[in-house]
Amino acid sequence: MTKETKPTNLTRRALLGRAAAAGSLAVIGGGFIAAPNASWALTVNVISSHQMATIFQMARDIYPHDQIGDEYYVIAVKGYDSDGTKDMIAEGVAALDASAKAAGFADYLSVGWESDRVKLLTAMEDTGFFQTIRGGLVTGLYNQKAVWPIFGYEGESFSKGGYVDRGFNDINWL
Amino acid sequence: MVAKFDLNDDNVVVVIGTGAGGGVLSNELAQKGVKVVALEAGGRYLPEDYVNDEWESFGQLAWTDPRTTSGDWRVSRDFSGLPAWIVKAVGGATTHWAGASLRIQEHEFKTQTHYGDVEGASLLDWPITLADLEPYYDKAEKKLGVTRTNGIPGLPGNNNFKVFEAGAKKLGYKEVSTGRMAINPVDYDDRLACQQTGFCFQGCKWGAKWSAAYTDIPRGEATGNLEVRENAQVARILHNDEGKVTGVEYFDKDGALQMQKARVVCVAGNSLESPRMLLNSASAMFPDGLANSSGMVGKNYMRHMTGSVYAAFDKPVRMWRGTTMAGIIQDEARHDPSRGFVGGYELETLGLGVPFMAAFLDPGAWGRSFTSAMDSYENMAGMWIVGEDMPQESNRVTLNNEVKDQWGLPVANVHFTDHPNDIAMRNHAYQQGKAVYEAVGATRTFPTPPYPSTHNLGTNRMSAKVQDGVVNKWGQSHDIDNLFISDGSQFTTGAAENPTLTIVSLAIRQADRIASEMSQKNL
Repeated sequence: MTKETKPTNLTRRALLGRAAAAGSLAVIGGGFIAAPNASWALTVNVISSHQMATIFQMARDIYPHDQIGDEYYVIAVKGYDSDGTKDMIAEGVAALDASAKAAGFADYLSVGWESDRVKLLTAMEDTGFFQTIRGGLVTGLYNQKAVWPIFGYEGESFSKGGYVDRGFNDINWL
Repeated sequence: MVAKFDLNDDNVVVVIGTGAGGGVLSNELAQKGVKVVALEAGGRYLPEDYVNDEWESFGQLAWTDPRTTSGDWRVSRDFSGLPAWIVKAVGGATTHWAGASLRIQEHEFKTQTHYGDVEGASLLDWPITLADLEPYYDKAEKKLGVTRTNGIPGLPGNNNFKVFEAGAKKLGYKEVSTGRMAINPVDYDDRLACQQTGFCFQGCKWGAKWSAAYTDIPRGEATGNLEVRENAQVARILHNDEGKVTGVEYFDKDGALQMQKARVVCVAGNSLESPRMLLNSASAMFPDGLANSSGMVGKNYMRHMTGSVYAAFDKPVRMWRGTTMAGIIQDEARHDPSRGFVGGYELETLGLGVPFMAAFLDPGAWGRSFTSAMDSYENMAGMWIVGEDMPQESNRVTLNNEVKDQWGLPVANVHFTDHPNDIAMRNHAYQQGKAVYEAVGATRTFPTPPYPSTHNLGTNRMSAKVQDGVVNKWGQSHDIDNLFISDGSQFTTGAAENPTLTIVSLAIRQADRIASEMSQKNL
């Protein structure tokens, strides 16, 4: 079972200092991953922190929204820290890292530019691993009610009486 | 007051399905004093139960029992287990339909006559004409409270409509309006006026949109002549040595197999389940399934030529606010082969929420091309394309004996490949839809592929000649007098219009016929 934890005993400076990976993510080791700005943190129990960090980065690269914070992507992928999917994740991340190595990088997380990471993902987009991660994100990311306001979407309106008196026809630029 | 009929009561009419066809037929028969047992595979949900959340509602209402797909259509690739987005609940797809209520045009009842031979298409004239159906369209429009009929005003246009209308007018289109909708602009028939809440596809929580779930079904039950059995999954239809149907076997809510005797059986499970039931009812006497001497059961599956066009603007539209589909351009609905295809299409406003937009805008797509489109969500307008597709015998519903449902019954496989006419029409519609939005400043447009089918038609089609179809002009099977088809599967051809109003009209007409034939002891 994966659980979110608050990095209460780690200062922001400590987290940054111990960060092992490039990019936006700090793989702390010992099953602990945190954002460089300490805005979120996550422990993993079944898969390795490197594997979780890799699929998190994959999620950001598959559906990149610069205005959506890491924490929503973490929620979308944290379920992969489970016995049922650990083999698929291990194989998939190993394959992704191998293709990164073949392209001259240490591993996927070491690839600095999104466009270079996308090339690696494109080469594996027909695999079950990629399609599982991508397909899961369609609901795992976009069906989070907390991300809807970032897109401007208001969700249900029944509880407010609909839009009949609240702007269903308020467009003013036509 | 709600009736309870004995399983051995062989004087009842058994109606399978409670949607636009079966729900209306059940009520219309009950109003005439005919005893009806309606078997509904789903449960009962009413406005207070509906959930204004796209995926949660999908989980509540959609038919998600297994089905399989094949053919070249993209749905088979992107949604291989979900060929259709239809409802499993009392009221059927009238729970989630958009409400568009259009009459089929006169020439569309006679496509073989007007379109001529189209290679690869099994076009056929309906055995009925518009004139035959007009009195029933009148009744159906009154029943549903269709806007712009019977003195009912049109709905007000929402933001999505205003963009659509402005673009259409700049393009020179003349027939643009908020359409004929079975959504109340004012209180009507004990139902409230539309509150512009959105989520029409998730069941109207105000009851402003007509649905059999809270009109025909309870009204039929109030007569004491209608019993609706929920969570009743039909396994097969039984017959006697004379080749008449005698009853229906079904799994009840507890999974126990029951058999309801019947004087008449009316099948209205939609164009996927209805042929599946007939095929699953094969016997020594009818080895190819019931009503299938023509071999046409399951063939000529139509799903309308569909697609969507979304467009991003530099300012907000907020298309999700208000009615999901109250806007139509009808200028392209005519038959005009100079456009490079036969038949026509309608353009209708459509809005999706973020969750469904992510799933359906360009299924399978990823990366910045996709996400930058999603980033424009608030500034998007959208329309749906619905046009006449060509019937093809090779597009068909068959039994997949390799895959069984939770009751061990072979599931429906849905095979579909676009006809070249469908592709030409879709490409034309994409261009016109794009032009509508570019006329009012769209910065980017998205030609979105068809969703899982909502308009499922033709798999038990109506024909004058026995060898051309499954049922006659009353929806009565050519082979078995007391077996009727009462849903959209009896459509001979698809026409360009959303089918519900026609399904309802045919059901009202069929109820008249069945009641009359019963009273004359012909059934």
